[in-house]
Amino acid sequence: MGILEVKGVNKRFGGLQALGDVNLSVKENSVHAIIGPNGAGKSTLLNCLVGKLIPDTGSVMFDGQSVLGRAPYEINQMGISRVFQTPEIFGELSVMENMMIPCFAKRDGAFEMNAIGSVLSQKDIIAKAEEMLKDMNMADKRHMNAASLSRGDKRRLEIGMCLSQEPRLLLLDEPTAGMARADTNNTIDLLKQISDERDITIAIIEHDMHVVFSLADRITVLAQGTPLVEDEPQNIRGNPKVREAYLGESG
Amino acid sequence: MLGMNKNDTTMLLLVAALTMLAPFILNPFPTDSGLAQFNAGYPDLMQRFVIFGIFAIGFNILFGLTGYLSFGHAAFLGVGSYSAVWMFKLLAMNVIPAILLSVVMAGVFALLIGYVSLRRSGIYFSILTLAFAQMSFNLAYSVLTPITNGETGLQLSLDDPRVLGVSQTADGSIPVTNLFGLEMRSTFEMAVGPWAFQFNAGYYLCALILLAVFYLSIRIFRSPFGLMLKAVKSNQQRMNYTGLNTRPYTLAAFVISGMYAGLAGGLLASMDPLAGAERMQWTASGEVVLMTILGGAGTLIGPVLGAGFIKYFENIFSKINESVLHSWFGALPDGLEDLLVTLVYPFVGKGWHMTLGILFVLVVVFLPGGLVEGGQRVTAWIRSKKAGGNKPTSTTEPAE
Repeated sequence: MGILEVKGVNKRFGGLQALGDVNLSVKENSVHAIIGPNGAGKSTLLNCLVGKLIPDTGSVMFDGQSVLGRAPYEINQMGISRVFQTPEIFGELSVMENMMIPCFAKRDGAFEMNAIGSVLSQKDIIAKAEEMLKDMNMADKRHMNAASLSRGDKRRLEIGMCLSQEPRLLLLDEPTAGMARADTNNTIDLLKQISDERDITIAIIEHDMHVVFSLADRITVLAQGTPLVEDEPQNIRGNPKVREAYLGESG
Repeated sequence: MLGMNKNDTTMLLLVAALTMLAPFILNPFPTDSGLAQFNAGYPDLMQRFVIFGIFAIGFNILFGLTGYLSFGHAAFLGVGSYSAVWMFKLLAMNVIPAILLSVVMAGVFALLIGYVSLRRSGIYFSILTLAFAQMSFNLAYSVLTPITNGETGLQLSLDDPRVLGVSQTADGSIPVTNLFGLEMRSTFEMAVGPWAFQFNAGYYLCALILLAVFYLSIRIFRSPFGLMLKAVKSNQQRMNYTGLNTRPYTLAAFVISGMYAGLAGGLLASMDPLAGAERMQWTASGEVVLMTILGGAGTLIGPVLGAGFIKYFENIFSKINESVLHSWFGALPDGLEDLLVTLVYPFVGKGWHMTLGILFVLVVVFLPGGLVEGGQRVTAWIRSKKAGGNKPTSTTEPAE
């Protein structure tokens, strides 16, 4: 039984069958990659996992509980954090404030009316946010406006924000899209380090095969909304069906 | 001090000094000089400065922090005024219960209107709040006449019950609003040479309340709740995916700012116990938006400055008529005098709206951070002059 169990999920947009009978099982503390050509339904599947979309049929269970029908913030509070394709951070706020907000969300839940105490008096939150900034090698940028960070730093900040919530499952949507090679490699190293050092499961959607084969313990190949094959990386590389559906396209 | 950092304490002390010394500051010209008409230190106007300051401070908690632009906040001002007048009619002429009821009633209305309006954001939210406010305005004029007294407005009368007070005074007139006996209209005049300074009880009550709610708004700005509101403005998507429910945060901000508006409405009625529907009209809602943006949305002191600025314009600038202009330019040759009067006239007197409009456009285009940003630029410029270096004159610091 995996930490994330997707069973028989279907999703139609008008006449388009975006997802057709998707089954997926993500094992705890593994790195699971979902790959597939454009339009294979990767993002639709991800959106079904985080509450942005509700599948027409099927079930999505996280740690034995259904996530269907819950709002994104509720699913996040269950222990699923999402990193977006374009880093979603609080651009107008400082790096430190960005890091403190998820710490508050972890400590106080979805809503807490603390309108009188000063932010600066929340010693536990500050300590936690500073430690995470250190882990992300961003401690020297704590007073910077988040919007003025480089693309790679924004990505690091977003990953750090997700980690400071101590999620059990981290979902990444093409985390290296649009990045230079050096930034991509840094991100791979960071994710490797996270997966080695923390008690966390990572599910990653990615186009870049270099990223996928460097990180994944298991790979699911989606094509036209249906899982084609699920296996370990070395077997995926040689699989003729995958070559035809996906790798063949680029080579 | 009081759980604030040094800058915030300085700002609070500055506002305290400005409000407490306002009768002096606003009356710089001797009473018999030609410039006396620019004196704004009379009770009625000073009261309005601080009351609309309170209104704008509250509006800024919603608009400045969360970015939700309400176009219907005057509805809460109106609700506050009606509630206060009813309290004067039914209970007593003491302002405390009246003010309390206006805050509570405005809070209840804000909860209802906010609950529905906050289902949408951006322009749809603005339109919804505008619609609710116009609905309140029209209801006050029509079907709610038994409560609001329609076009005439709600006023005190000699046969009001006033269960804890008297229906009429010994000499048969309507009693006046007071704070445990201290009449709101009582004014102490101090003559110093050619100057006359007026100290009004009602004004000082309003000023003390302004200081209290200004302090409260500083605390909200610096609190975890305030940080969450800034996060709502910055990126709601990230908030949702960080496990935070944005709805209760925005609703709480909406209710708090509605209660500030109710407080302002209650104070207006406490200074002058009548309430009319026009207080709820969209122009009144728009005015508080202007005040906040003109002063600097999202800054602490901006809305207070903006409110003072607009109220000064409305009351002082609008009084400059043709004959005043002629007396100003009287020393010039006749032709030139007439030309100048003709040129200036459209911008003053009844044309004050035009000058205000032009100023507003200039501020939005050149000083998006409002008067506060203007002040910061000037300070930065002076500092760089003093330092003698060629430092950049503009600052990108958040305007707080």
